[in-house]
Amino acid sequence: MISLTINGKKKNLDLDPETPLLWVLRDELGLTGTKFGCGAQLCGACTVHLNGKPVRSCGTPLSQAAGHYVLTIEALHFTHVGKLVQKIWLENDVPQCGYCQSGQIMSATALLTQNKSPSDAEIDAAMSGNVCRCGTYNQIRAAIKDASAALGGRR
Amino acid sequence: MKAAFRPSRRGFLKASAATGGGLVIGFVLPAAGRLAEAAQPFSPSAYLRIAASGRVTVVCGLSEMGQGVLTAIPMLVAEELDADWTKVRVEQAPVDKAFANPMFGIQATGGSASVRGFWEPMRKAGAAAREMLVAAAAATWKAKPADCRTVKGIVLHKSGRRLSYARLVARASKQPVPADPKLKDPKHFVILGQDLKRLDTPPKVNGSAKFGLDVRLPGMLTAVLTRAPVLGGKALSFDDSKTRAVPGVKQVLRTPHGVAVLADGYWAAKKGRDVLEIKWDDGPHAGLSSDDISKRLTDATALPGKVGRDEGNLATATVPAKTLEAVYEAPYLAHACMEPMNCTAWVKPGEVEIWAGTQSQGPTQGILGQVASVDPGKVKVHTMYLGGGFGRRSAPDFTIDATILSKLSGRPVKLVYSREDDMRAYYYRPASVTRFSAGLDAGGKPLSLRARVASPSIMEGSGFMKLPPNGVDRFALEGVQDLPYDIPNLRVEYSQQEPGVQVWFWRSVGHSQNIFFSESFVDELAHAAGKDPFEFRRALLAKQPRYKGVLELAAEKAGWGTPPPAGLQRGIAVAQSFGSYVAEVVEASVADDGRVKVERVVAAVDCGMTVNPEIIRRQIESAIVYGLSAALYGRITFKDGKVEQGNFDSYPVLRINEMPRVEVHIVPSGEKPGGIGEPGLPALAPALTGAIFAATGKRIRRLPIDPDMLKKA
Ligand code: FES
Ligand code: FES
Repeated sequence: MISLTINGKKKNLDLDPETPLLWVLRDELGLTGTKFGCGAQLCGACTVHLNGKPVRSCGTPLSQAAGHYVLTIEALHFTHVGKLVQKIWLENDVPQCGYCQSGQIMSATALLTQNKSPSDAEIDAAMSGNVCRCGTYNQIRAAIKDASAALGGRR
Repeated sequence: MKAAFRPSRRGFLKASAATGGGLVIGFVLPAAGRLAEAAQPFSPSAYLRIAASGRVTVVCGLSEMGQGVLTAIPMLVAEELDADWTKVRVEQAPVDKAFANPMFGIQATGGSASVRGFWEPMRKAGAAAREMLVAAAAATWKAKPADCRTVKGIVLHKSGRRLSYARLVARASKQPVPADPKLKDPKHFVILGQDLKRLDTPPKVNGSAKFGLDVRLPGMLTAVLTRAPVLGGKALSFDDSKTRAVPGVKQVLRTPHGVAVLADGYWAAKKGRDVLEIKWDDGPHAGLSSDDISKRLTDATALPGKVGRDEGNLATATVPAKTLEAVYEAPYLAHACMEPMNCTAWVKPGEVEIWAGTQSQGPTQGILGQVASVDPGKVKVHTMYLGGGFGRRSAPDFTIDATILSKLSGRPVKLVYSREDDMRAYYYRPASVTRFSAGLDAGGKPLSLRARVASPSIMEGSGFMKLPPNGVDRFALEGVQDLPYDIPNLRVEYSQQEPGVQVWFWRSVGHSQNIFFSESFVDELAHAAGKDPFEFRRALLAKQPRYKGVLELAAEKAGWGTPPPAGLQRGIAVAQSFGSYVAEVVEASVADDGRVKVERVVAAVDCGMTVNPEIIRRQIESAIVYGLSAALYGRITFKDGKVEQGNFDSYPVLRINEMPRVEVHIVPSGEKPGGIGEPGLPALAPALTGAIFAATGKRIRRLPIDPDMLKKA
């Protein structure tokens, strides 16, 4: 039995500890907002927060999350920065197909939580693990800057 | 057409009236569950309902893959309905003839054809409803309809009386449906041409948008399917003893396309597959290699092909002062949609239900009817959000295999491709080689041009098209065959070569490689003529105002003719595809180690009248990114019959740190709308390689761009 906290709720899961967190979330818990894109930590679609840090859930075995706090897109609005990032993403109409966007939003929120005035280079470093095949990168960058401004970051 | 139909008791229309080839008022398909509420809303056609609350629901039979169709289609209806946009919602339609795209007569999303096909039918549906609402208001007031006007969901009489659509719903339902309602003069548009927000964004920022992969049914099994590693191979036998020992694995099944493991959830299925032992018969393609394919295509261009276009006479053309010959090549490409292919199918006695992100509901119905031996009308297709389409999701492989597996297992089955399965499942953009030769006169004017294209045929590979009697696949030649430049003697030939790889539609189809070929070669001609690449094109486009218009606009906005920023060089290209004209100027640098970096792309687009300019700008930018990924990195190669790429490490795509600034300028136009999902792509690669030529003097004739070739010696 593995215990962990997912979106503020304590879960006790009787699963193979090697199961990637991604499939625990999606198949066991029905939290399908976290996406499967590559299964190899190459695309970022599966990004969630583990104790506030962005991780690729496809490469995070359940055992590694044991005893920790997992936050997914479904509960992101409970955080101050996450709620703001989602609002700005909406105002800016960032998504196209939308499939990568949960991961983009999770990565962007983690970045802005830790650094409310990211430079372009810092945005590149934090976001280049998240692929978008629809090519919304410029809208993502603009939204991060808008969110930074709304958080009182330096321009 | 004068005929007017009276809506049936339920307010649904049974018949359809066609004008100008378009379905004006479609039939409504009272899907189960919808009937109960149907007594209430006003539903003059399959395309919309107005509820007693005033809410307008537009029913869209097209697939949303990021291109904004679930916003554009409602805008068409809302404009002519004079709806209050804040009350407009959109709903995904089931599969039904009413939703066939008039451009190709089937329900499918592709060919940048959604707005083009539904531009009139959707507006007519809105206009018909508006006329009925006006008639109802006029009857209530005992006034003349001509004395009424509509604005934002309200009918206004010149006396100042007013009634909201919500209050007119019941009375409007009793009005006859006008067969040929009057459409607005575009100068009165208030919704079309506006940057309205997308209707599909809210669920896409909170994780609630349901893609195919997110479907969950009671009792459902998740399947992974292992296909032959070698093109065209077959499973001879398999040993599943270890697989069956994996907890969660329920069944191991053989299908015509491989061996599937069905389990509770993806992880168990994948673990089961990892220990599955399959003996393969590699078949005839075990020796296939990309070098052989490349040689075969190149050799074919040395010989005459089937003639696609022939103007003037190459043989008797004036003796040129200068001749040029060049061979261009483009590789097979995977679509690499962000969401890997998947489908959930449930085969029940006499019927099939599927949930999928598909671009082709209509054909899917027929195909799955055959697969499951049921009446096609008994195949229900639930269209989910598509995590990217780019043409790939119009292929039938994932829906067929999911249906086979549900039929064999007796359970609802979600078939999931791993990224590697997805990338190795074929359906590639065809590899292609084109050999050009041309002659210039002493003044640098082109006298003649011949292009010989060798590539596999999408038409023949598609399974639903046939090559025409002249043997020319139009997708293989589009972008070369329609060369717009004023060249008196012109011949374009096609040689069909089939190395055995399944080919398919890929964003902008033939234009994706052919515009790279033709525009690059035109750049070579400009250089040979000693002319500026922009001026050279402009002079040859005198009779092509729309090409010339975008070319000039892109050049002007990019500052063509002024010195580029330090370290950068510019290239330019122009293309027409899917009824839209796009020119692009690329500013790029080439580092000493040969690495190419694109800093800025300026695009000018003439797509006729616009529906939503912001969506247009985003689609052009999106296509630029897709084209740039392909130009820099895209390549599917074969060795010993196997695909060498599998995931985003071996098939890299553009990331945010490589993203150029993009500006998109739209030419104001009163022309009919053109397509928008694809036309931004073709000009990117030749504009980029033009910039590389300006920077290095080296001409890229083969994609993807090879940095080794550009290294400083
Ligand atoms: S699915 Fe985890 S990084 Fe791609
Ligand atoms: S929005 Fe489609 S992949 Fe990013």
